Amino acid sequence: MESGFGSDFGSAGGAGGKLDAGLIMEQVKVQIAVANAQELLQRMTDKCFRKCIGKPGGSLDNSEQKCIAMCMDRYMDAWNTVSRAYNSRLQRERANM
Amino acid sequence: LMSFSTSCWAAGGAGAADPQLQRFIEVETQKQRFQQLVHQMTELCWEKCMDKPGPKLDSRAETCFVNCVERFIDTSQFILNRLEQTQKSKSAFSESLSD
Repeated sequence: MESGFGSDFGSAGGAGGKLDAGLIMEQVKVQIAVANAQELLQRMTDKCFRKCIGKPGGSLDNSEQKCIAMCMDRYMDAWNTVSRAYNSRLQRERANM
Repeated sequence: LMSFSTSCWAAGGAGAADPQLQRFIEVETQKQRFQQLVHQMTELCWEKCMDKPGPKLDSRAETCFVNCVERFIDTSQFILNRLEQTQKSKSAFSESLSD
């Protein structure tokens, strides 16, 4: 089985056959992190395009660029706020069980 | 989003029975569910709570996001509870459907 990361990490022994569980787990964690980053970027782009771009012109003007930059930061703030709030709620639910 | 997982596990036959890998899958799946919901709620709550993006997240918007998360989960629980209730009281309903 060849995964995208297989040749980059490589197992020290080199021989096929024996799968290193620890290595697989690390690779999977990386893939998950990448997927999450992509998801975040995709939604952020969608939201900030909607907020900042009115009628699309021939290029992104200065105000649009400034808006997008601020929007990115606010989206991250929002994401973190939501993450904290959700985590708190989960803790509370668990405490009540 | 999770499509990578199955090809990895298929290759090592013994891997499927490995309790360490099993545990790992459970933990990562749980973490992923959490992440997905954060993505989803951020998107929804952004529509409800964000006007024009400013230099910082003001306290009103922040409160809105927190309330939004709580109400979203309340909504989810409400729907599940009510569905469960209507299933119970409407058991005769599902029987009549098979006629």
